Parts: sequence; structure tokens; C-alpha cells
Amino acid sequence: MILELNSGDTAWVLTSASLVLLMTPGLALFYGGMVRAKGVLNMIMMSFLSMGIVGVLWVLYGYSMSSGTSIGGLIGNPLEYLGLAGLVTDPDPGALAGVAFGSTFAIITVALISGAIADRVKFSTWAVFSVIWATLVYFPVAHWVWGDGGWIGSLGVIDFAGGTAIHINAGAAALVLAIVVGPRIGFGTRPMRPHNMTLVMLGAALLWFGWFGFNAGSAFAADAIAALAWVNTLVATAAAMLGWLVVEKLRDGHATSLGAASGIVAGLVGITPAAGSLNPVGSLLLGLVAGVACAYAVGLKYKFNYDDSLDVVGVHLVGGLVGTLLIGLLADPAIPDNATGLFYGGGFGQLGLQALGAFSAMAYSLVATLLIALALKAIMGWRVSAADELGGIDLAEHSEAGYDLSPVYYSSKVQRTLVLTKDDLPETAKTGA
Amino acid sequence: MKLVTAIIQPEQLENVQKALVRHGVAGMTITEVSGYGRQRGHVEVYRGAEYTIDFIAKVKVEVLVDDAEAETLVGVILQGARTGSVGDGKIWVVDVGIVVRVRTGESGSGAI
Repeated sequence: MILELNSGDTAWVLTSASLVLLMTPGLALFYGGMVRAKGVLNMIMMSFLSMGIVGVLWVLYGYSMSSGTSIGGLIGNPLEYLGLAGLVTDPDPGALAGVAFGSTFAIITVALISGAIADRVKFSTWAVFSVIWATLVYFPVAHWVWGDGGWIGSLGVIDFAGGTAIHINAGAAALVLAIVVGPRIGFGTRPMRPHNMTLVMLGAALLWFGWFGFNAGSAFAADAIAALAWVNTLVATAAAMLGWLVVEKLRDGHATSLGAASGIVAGLVGITPAAGSLNPVGSLLLGLVAGVACAYAVGLKYKFNYDDSLDVVGVHLVGGLVGTLLIGLLADPAIPDNATGLFYGGGFGQLGLQALGAFSAMAYSLVATLLIALALKAIMGWRVSAADELGGIDLAEHSEAGYDLSPVYYSSKVQRTLVLTKDDLPETAKTGA
Repeated sequence: MKLVTAIIQPEQLENVQKALVRHGVAGMTITEVSGYGRQRGHVEVYRGAEYTIDFIAKVKVEVLVDDAEAETLVGVILQGARTGSVGDGKIWVVDVGIVVRVRTGESGSGAI
């Protein structure tokens, strides 16, 4: 599918694409602040690596697999736009603007998963996983939902900006990885509290900012639907943050900053599929439900004992399901070209469709991710050694430390340099022997 | 010579420092430390998960003094550090054999 856009729409879509790309570093900070200090860089790097790997894949064949001519509703023809062939000469600016916008979605979907496997995974295995998962899971599911002729979209399932293709998809993959990779040493018994809440808040702020591009840009036009999506993204997120904080205050006694940041993300996830189908009051309700539901869902991992370290399941899978399903209840028929939700007299039809779309994508992601994860476990292994995990994955995998707060200096060894000088040569060479 | 060591609440450091300076003490060393006594720790909650923080931030103040000064100095620190609540800390005094000033090499009382 190639977009046809006028210059104003193109400007908005390119602006939105830039906003969405900023979400991935924002996510990196959000995640990075939540782990312990000894793993902050690895956490951040998993997201950044997704910008590298998926950015390349998208141009090579990812766009073609998602947006190429449909093969049976299951996959876009990967050869059609291989290396973006043909798009450079397309006179319509929408062609490459669509490539740009789509790339940022693919990137953040893979990055989202990393939150489930903090502090313990080989960087190399994560890299290979990113390539395979994007290729076999994200690109096809994006085609199902948004591709011209994709089977989920063709049924009439509404997924405005990615509740199914992105959040349910990534959340299901996160659940599988958390289980296959196994818990961090000491999960549930040793304290693993966030090391830098200000990073978390900064990350949440960047996510919210970028998410306006994510949702309002998904109108693919600078029009009334884009403006509606923007307003809905504001009010649902605001309500979700309040919902989460109220749950905390009543349950734990304190309204926390991590609760505010988490509520923001839960609301953003919830409104993502629904931003173009609900009126602002419906969005407010949706946000409130998403905030409250996710505030409870993050406790599931302790009950079922899987180490979804940063609650990708509790926030993205649960939030994505809430948003996707509530469209079936709250879709406002007054919005042009929209479905009619149950609460507006539309019956159960749309709700059934939403459930079918959501659970199909979830089932596929669960099964496909399980096969990929088990294969990688057998071939490469997921875990760093216990000693490396306990000592800190930053040092083990990246040979760096996130913070240098000690006034005690390193012992000065000869630095490796790229240019050899006479002093670097061994003694015998100097004397010309 | 004696080494007076005090573990105090971080908020009381300014008071203690002022009191020591007013008393004529020329120098001191402080270290950020963690620990607990009868006060025990406190509880933090992240996404509903409770963490008991056993070791609480304290400041350790160390001052070298002549034998005759030690007891007075303990009183001075006590006044500066006391808030009357649990967690105010401890003060102890130990004997010191040798003290040398690095710059001049002089030792004994003159090095204090």
C-alpha cells in the first residue's frame, strides 16, 4: 500500500515519524531508570540496538513484508519493495513518508520486549532475536492489521495506531521471553528497586510527547481525525495516571512517581488502538480503566512467579487488550467512517471482531516467540554467567559503567591508540635490531 | 592521642560541624556510611512491591584530639547531633598510637 498525501499531510506524517522515533530513546530511559545501577547501560542499549537493527531491516525488506502486495492476507510480498526499490521515483511524497512513519513503529515494538528480560541476557542473543522476531512476527502481524488486504484489518477490526500489532504483540512476546529466559538471580527474594526515578520520569515524559505523533500521525493526514486522536491521547493518559495513583494511594498508602509514570504509559497503550474511534469522554473512561487494570496487573508476576522485570506484560499486553476490546463498547458512530460500539446501540458485533483480532495476534505472537526463544536457547543460550549477572551486566557485556561517581581514580595504564608512535614500539624495534 | 568517631544523622552534620569549629577543632574527616541500630530500616514501595531498606544513610565524623580534650569533644558532638529520636547514632573514642602530618613529617600532638 502506497500512501497518497498532499504536502500538508506529508509534513505532519514526517513530523509524527520524528516524534515516534524519539519514543525509543524515551523508552530506553524509562526502562533504564527502573533497573539497578549495574544494568542501566545494557537496558538502554537493548532499545538503541533496535533502532540499529530494525532500522536496517525495515529498509531492506521490512517495509515490503508489511506493506507490499498481500499474499493471501498473511504477508506482503517481500521482494516488491526490496531495498525500497521503485519508491524513490514515486512522485507522491506519501510513498517514502509512509516508509518513514512505519519504521519507527517497528523499531519501538521490538524495543518494548526488552523490558521483560532486564539484567541477564547476552547482548548477542538479543541482537539475533531482534532480527528473527521482527522478520517472523512483527512484519507479518503489521501486515495482518494494516496492510492492504491484511486479514485482520479486512475483517473490520479497528487498530488505529497499534494496540494489537504493537502492544499485544510485544506484550505476548515479553511473557514468553520472561518464562523461557527465567528469572533474575534473587527475583522475589532480593531487592531490585529502580535506581533512578528521575530517568524514569524523563522517559515517561518523552514517551507521552512522542506518542502524540504515534497516535495523531496515524491519521495519515493533517485533519480532524488527527486532532481527535491528539485530544484523546491527552485525556486518556491523564485519566490513566490518576487511576493508577488512586489505586496506589488506597492499596499501598502512597501515590508514587513510578505509579504516575506507569499510569501514563498504561493510558498511552490503552488509547493507541482507539484514538480515532472514541469521543474524548469515551477516551477518558478507557484511560481510567486502563490505569486501574494495569496497576493491578503488574502484581501478577509475583503471583505466577515469572520475572517480567519491568512489567511489559502488565502494562503493554493488558493495556493493549483493554484498549482494543473497549473499542467494541465505546466506538462513537458520530465519528465519520467509524464502527458503532455496544454502548451506542451497535450490539456485540464490533466487540467480537476486536476480540478475534486481539486474541489471534496474541496467540500467534505467543507461539512464534516461543519457537524462536527455544531455538535461540538451544543454539546460543540466553543467559550471561551467574557471576556476570551478579557483578553487573554493564561491565560484563559492554565493558562500561553507567555512573562514575567515585573520586578514586583508575590506575593509569597505557591507552590503546589507533596511531602507533615510536614509544609504542618494543625495545628491540627501537634499537633497530 | 585519641580518635573520636561519631555516627550521626546526615541532617545533623551541619550542627555538629558548627559546634566543633566553635570549640576550636581545626579539622575533621567525614564519610557517608550506611547502617542501622535499634531504628532498623524503612519501607519503600515500587509498583506495589514492598522493599525493606535495612541500611540507612548516616554520616561518620572522625576527629583526632589530645587525650585531655577527648571527653569534652564527645560532649560537643553530642550536643550538635542529638535530636532525641531513634537513629541519632553513636559516639566512641579509641586510643591512637602514631599521628603524622604528611606535609611536614612532624608527629605526635603537633601533627593534630
